[in-house]
Amino acid sequence: MSAAMDRTVITARGLRKAYKNKVALAGTDFEIRAGRIVGLIGPNGAGKTTALKAILGLVPFDGDLKVLGKDPRTQRDELMNDVCFIADVAVLPRWIRVREAIEFVAGVHPRFDADKCRRFLQGTQLTPELRVREMSKGMIVQLHLALVMAIDAKLLVLDEPTLGLDILYRKQFYQRLLEDYFDEDKTIIVTTHQVEEIEHILTDVMFIRDGKMVLDAPMDSLAVRYTEVLVDAGKQDEARALNPIDERALPFGKTVMLFDGADPARLAALGETRTPGLADLFVATMKGTYA
Amino acid sequence: MNTSVDAMEMDLATPRTPRAASHPTSKLKLLLKREFWEHKGGFLWAPVWAGAISLLLTLMALVVGEVAARKAIASGKMQIDGDVTINGLDLGALTSKMDPDDLRKLSDGIDFSMLVSSMWPMVVLGFVVFFYCLGSLYDERKDRSVLFWKSLPLSDRDTVFSKAASALLVAPTLAVGAAIACMFAFMLLVSAFVLLHNGNPVTLLWGPGSPLANAGLLLASIPIYALWALPTVGWLMLCSSWSRSMPFLWAIMIPVFAGIFISWFEVMNVFDLQSGWFWKNIVARSLLSVFPGSWVDVMDLGSISKGHAPSHAMVLKSTYAVLSTSQLWIGAAAGVAMIFGAIRMRRWRDDN
Repeated sequence: MSAAMDRTVITARGLRKAYKNKVALAGTDFEIRAGRIVGLIGPNGAGKTTALKAILGLVPFDGDLKVLGKDPRTQRDELMNDVCFIADVAVLPRWIRVREAIEFVAGVHPRFDADKCRRFLQGTQLTPELRVREMSKGMIVQLHLALVMAIDAKLLVLDEPTLGLDILYRKQFYQRLLEDYFDEDKTIIVTTHQVEEIEHILTDVMFIRDGKMVLDAPMDSLAVRYTEVLVDAGKQDEARALNPIDERALPFGKTVMLFDGADPARLAALGETRTPGLADLFVATMKGTYA
Repeated sequence: MNTSVDAMEMDLATPRTPRAASHPTSKLKLLLKREFWEHKGGFLWAPVWAGAISLLLTLMALVVGEVAARKAIASGKMQIDGDVTINGLDLGALTSKMDPDDLRKLSDGIDFSMLVSSMWPMVVLGFVVFFYCLGSLYDERKDRSVLFWKSLPLSDRDTVFSKAASALLVAPTLAVGAAIACMFAFMLLVSAFVLLHNGNPVTLLWGPGSPLANAGLLLASIPIYALWALPTVGWLMLCSSWSRSMPFLWAIMIPVFAGIFISWFEVMNVFDLQSGWFWKNIVARSLLSVFPGSWVDVMDLGSISKGHAPSHAMVLKSTYAVLSTSQLWIGAAAGVAMIFGAIRMRRWRDDN
């Protein structure tokens, strides 16, 4: 019951999933609360998609997982009334027309608002009779997003939703999601390789590597914990004594070092400090992944 | 669970911003509609075109016959009873000279031609249903659209059920509709021909022929079709949900190779059966039962007297006598079991 009281949407304990020749999830634990936008970020083959598929009840797995209080393995049918997902841009059936897609989702989903969906499609090139096979990749995403945003779901899962789109569509995608969809009762989980583009909309971030969560923290705590220092020439040895988790050389003798939980006063003495970007943090954390 | 906990959950269920009211859904209707949208070409247009082509061939045959007859008359090779030969063929006098036995033969002939003209849409139906079932659960995995369908609150049971119902009821009903339309169009075509030759189509065609009874026969065969086709539909859908590639090959190879194996080693002798039994009751039932009329083999033809063409009532009776055969019911049960297998398979089968 405490899970319901602090509005936990997903609780995972010891998730395990092994494919024939690879472990995708190696005893993963995590928790996701309502009203958050969580970025699940990891290198290729780290287990992101498997974790999402487990949450959506699309693959069998071992361990304990509750999504909105239900087990996705056995209660998928009830769960899908409150959960929606975009797997990737290419999954809308090619024969379907815009008109048919709206009619179908309206007829099968109790929480789909057809008028809202049509409103989202205003100002796009999508006309009712247009078939998916006649659309560009960006237009398919517009349609898919309009369909999904018109569903009042509690949990929305996005697995690489903007893969292969140009930057205009990508920006528009996240913008609409934030402005027209997200509120404090909804939860969004998103995976993507374009880390910089979603950085500013995330409330939480999870780094996954080799089937394990290596970082699971609210975005605002990252600024407190991690500091990037532009170390002045000549102070490198002093800085290395503080155990940076990553360092890279810049031209003209300067070095950028990334510190985890070091004393801010001492870091300030080494050079200019700033909050690291998510991408830099990711690279530092995933060092040696493909080695 | 005690009441105070329930009350707390109720509180939490009341959202801060009101959630959109949920509206009623009609999932099964939309699922069937979806199959129709996607397969309109096979379900509707294929039987319609087949009917149209058969009508075109009939028309061509009539024209060729007409031309040949006129040529024959012109060259004096053909003669028609004294008073009616003046200007080509005169059919007006024909019915007036027929005795009751001839009339019955004429009506049998007309009914038979009508059914033949309606046969094409039904043959096409067999092919349409066969390939529809084979792709029904495979294509959605291949183009990954299964991930879209699975993002909606639709159970695997309802989805697979709607596909089976499309194959067993929707497609046959549309094909029968096309067949009936084709039958009437055939009658109109021949009527025009009769009129052209001073005949009265009412006395010559519509009177002796019974298009309504023929249409009734076709409609009445739909439930028999649905039950009889179940094992093939079940088998093909099971293959479709199970195979990772080339469902067609798997669906054909497994029963055919099993048949060859059994014939080769004469396994059936153990059960005091010929290997022909296996081919007829397993191989054919799992691959060919989607073709309408393939149940004729188990029909009780004894009630249809020899020599005379059977009446509509007799045909109807012996068609429905199929309901009393174990072949129909055992096959149907196997088909239902395989459809359940397909439902289980779709639950976990991955998109790749």
